Amino acid sequence: MEELFRKSLFLPEQASSIAKDVDHLHYAIITAALVMAALIFGFAAYCLIRFRRRSETDVTPRVQGTLGWELLFVGVPLTTFLVWFYIGYHDFIRMQTPPPEAMDVYVVAKQWMWKFTYPEGPNAIGVLRVPVGKPVRLLLTSRDVIHSFYVPAFRIKQDAIPGAYTQTWFEVTKPGSYRVMCAEYCGLKHSEMWAEVVALSEADWDAWMKEQRKGLVALKDASPSGPEREESGIPARRAARYDAQEPHGELMYAERGTLPERGERLAAERGCLKCHSVDGTAHIGPTWLDLYGRRERLTTGETVVADEAYLTESMMKPQDRLVEGFEPVMPSYQGQLGAAEVAALLEYIKTLRSARLENTRSEGPVYEPGGGK
Amino acid sequence: MNLAAGSNQPAITYLNHETTVRSWLLTRDHKRIGVMFLVGVIFALLLGGIFAMALRIELLTPGPTVMAPMTYNRMFTLHGVTMVWLFMIPAIPSAFGNFVLPIMLGAKDVAFPRLNLASFYIYLAGSLLTVFGMLWSGADTGWTFYTPYSTVSPTTVTPILMGVFIIGFSTIITGLNFITTVHTLRAPGMHWTRIPLFVWTIYGTSVIQVVATPVLGMVLLLVAAERVLGMGIFDPSRGGDPVLFQHMFWFYSHPAVYIMVLPAMGVITEVVCAYSRKNIFGYKMVAASTFGIAFVGFFTWGHHMFVSGQSTFGSGVFGVLSMLVAIFTAIKIFNWVATLYGGSIDLKVPLLYVLGFIFLLMFGGMTGVAVATTSLDVHWHDTYFVVAHFHYIMVGAVLMAFLAALHYWWPKMFGRLYPERWSFLAAMTIIFGFIVTFLPQFLLGNMGMPRRYYEYPREMQWLHVLSTAGASLLAFGFGLIAIYLLWSLRYGAEAPVNAWGSRGYEWYSGSPPVPHNFTEAPRFEREVHDYTVAEVPRVY
Repeated sequence: MEELFRKSLFLPEQASSIAKDVDHLHYAIITAALVMAALIFGFAAYCLIRFRRRSETDVTPRVQGTLGWELLFVGVPLTTFLVWFYIGYHDFIRMQTPPPEAMDVYVVAKQWMWKFTYPEGPNAIGVLRVPVGKPVRLLLTSRDVIHSFYVPAFRIKQDAIPGAYTQTWFEVTKPGSYRVMCAEYCGLKHSEMWAEVVALSEADWDAWMKEQRKGLVALKDASPSGPEREESGIPARRAARYDAQEPHGELMYAERGTLPERGERLAAERGCLKCHSVDGTAHIGPTWLDLYGRRERLTTGETVVADEAYLTESMMKPQDRLVEGFEPVMPSYQGQLGAAEVAALLEYIKTLRSARLENTRSEGPVYEPGGGK
Repeated sequence: MNLAAGSNQPAITYLNHETTVRSWLLTRDHKRIGVMFLVGVIFALLLGGIFAMALRIELLTPGPTVMAPMTYNRMFTLHGVTMVWLFMIPAIPSAFGNFVLPIMLGAKDVAFPRLNLASFYIYLAGSLLTVFGMLWSGADTGWTFYTPYSTVSPTTVTPILMGVFIIGFSTIITGLNFITTVHTLRAPGMHWTRIPLFVWTIYGTSVIQVVATPVLGMVLLLVAAERVLGMGIFDPSRGGDPVLFQHMFWFYSHPAVYIMVLPAMGVITEVVCAYSRKNIFGYKMVAASTFGIAFVGFFTWGHHMFVSGQSTFGSGVFGVLSMLVAIFTAIKIFNWVATLYGGSIDLKVPLLYVLGFIFLLMFGGMTGVAVATTSLDVHWHDTYFVVAHFHYIMVGAVLMAFLAALHYWWPKMFGRLYPERWSFLAAMTIIFGFIVTFLPQFLLGNMGMPRRYYEYPREMQWLHVLSTAGASLLAFGFGLIAIYLLWSLRYGAEAPVNAWGSRGYEWYSGSPPVPHNFTEAPRFEREVHDYTVAEVPRVY
């Protein structure tokens, strides 16, 4: 019955602890609306047939409403509506009140991306990892205009407002990947401001957190299309977003944000950060921190300056001139990265300098005045 | 009922006593001003409709279809601006209110005829500035102009803000004029308890217009000041509060919904009585509920902001108050349907639109209760559910009532009958088309499709296709109406004085009426829509 209702109303799956209660009220109101409509239109149809005009000289009796009827007209809906309101407000208070033991995640919205930061360190763009069965409190703000964090499967939504923190919370009930959308119109790429919440089982969450604490791969999890996601049968985010017309999607993707911002996203989405760290820690590949302009010693013994040319070459033909001390494991991105994307990655790498740590640190609410034009 | 023959019509009417262009442009006759407003709002409807079709075509496929995202964002902004301020707000009060309100009261004209003419030119000026803004750059902010996006948007928002600001004055003036007219120009016998319910709704609407519109004017000026002068009113980096805009905007724009819907309810009341040949079931309750809606409408604006971070308690208060609006609306719906009981019902086209109206209002209202239920609104806020909801209740109501009024008063205004079968076909097309257009959008909202989306997930496509198909039907229906109404202006059969045998007071005058409505002072000796007394239509 529950499933029948949910499916016939096209409601998404119920993945949070509040979703079921919200839906039950949905069903009650929709059903009542249909019953009410059936009664009113049934009565109207009866009148249309029974009292149809038979001749141009029909005389009608004067029927005047009595106070009793009017009180009935007011009383019945008023009582019903107040009951609904009571139930709804009860749930609403629950939605607005995070449990004290909730885990905090900071969410910074920005044209047009979602950035998630955990107090203990790791941050990610586009992917929010949370444990199943534990309340998560989101502290939202925006760096430019008003955005709204919306997860249909959780039945929650909260505006992110520049210069202010707002909050919401949820508790996921089953592992999986859930779509996050921006629900407050925020400009050109409003409809592309998507992200996902990946809910991990307790064991997976612990493993992930442990890895994060080791500080090995700060941004590894920003990659939205890891193999584990394909296994679970959930389409990768890119596929979901650009399912319609890949070439257009690609074009618009290339236009998003400033070059470093695009590079940051690309690095996450193309899996660069699985091997390259951005905070100086050693990993499978050379760290990107301070990489630009660094003199690198190659396996052949010669040295090379890591400039645009060399970095591009390393993306396209990674084995040709390999930095000493690293295994030849990087795949070629020839034909996979467009020129604009390479530029974006380069610009991103250029911004990764020791003096500027903001790419790996949580940022407060920064509002960039846009000017009046 | 003795339907008077065409010979009973006055020979000299407001249409033919002067025929120069100048006599129209400088007229102080409320009927001619009403007709000019009618032409104006129909152009606005056409423009807004073209934008709407462009949007629906773009949304046929999940990705880009026929336009770039920027064009799409401009389109939905201009669709909203045009439909709300250029069409729905003035449509019924300024066009039909101007035409029939003084006649219904037995007055020669409105209280301030020159101001009435000025109100039309102010509307025209504001509309032209708005359209100019659209053609020049076209804002991409959405019709709600939310800050801070509207202060940083790369498009040129200011001319459109100013255009809407100017139109606001037209609204205020019209409202003042109607209030004064109702108070001072009632003919002998027109007691407060005999005032037609259409006049009551226009009166209630005018009160909202006079009280709320200045707030809109202020907030639009402030946004313009922030854009042009860089003032820090809404910009947090300069100490402003972006949410303040929403409070001020909705303080006007929520009551504005009732500026649109109340006159529509007035039309529906008149039409229900005329075609079921019955007095209204509960005159006092229907009149009182008008003021209930007008009053409570001022205390519901916060229900647009349940997820904006406002206080939980505040949301609760706004939720409860919003439900009271539904109660007052329910009173009206029950009374209309109860009016049918014991009547002599003739299912003509205007009554068909009434049924469409009640259907849309019913579901629009119930979904309104649903979104006033705080916990449910969190899921539905800013999704297509809300889009469908307000199209049902506000657009559906205005359109259905506008078309009902257009058909009901067409013989009154132009002395011609429209072709019955064509109009029936068009009405069925429009009602069906409307439902097919917006019903899928409720389901899209349930699925979680946010509004103002250029791209959407593929699984939502078929509902969008259905919606676009419905919109095409709607466009077809409007085309049909345009054709047969224009045809009837020239070739339609001459209408008798009281084409529908109505007992509404406006039928006391000729069809079309003489220049000053009456040749001798009318007296009102019976209740409005009193069908217990046999009566021949009279032309004063």
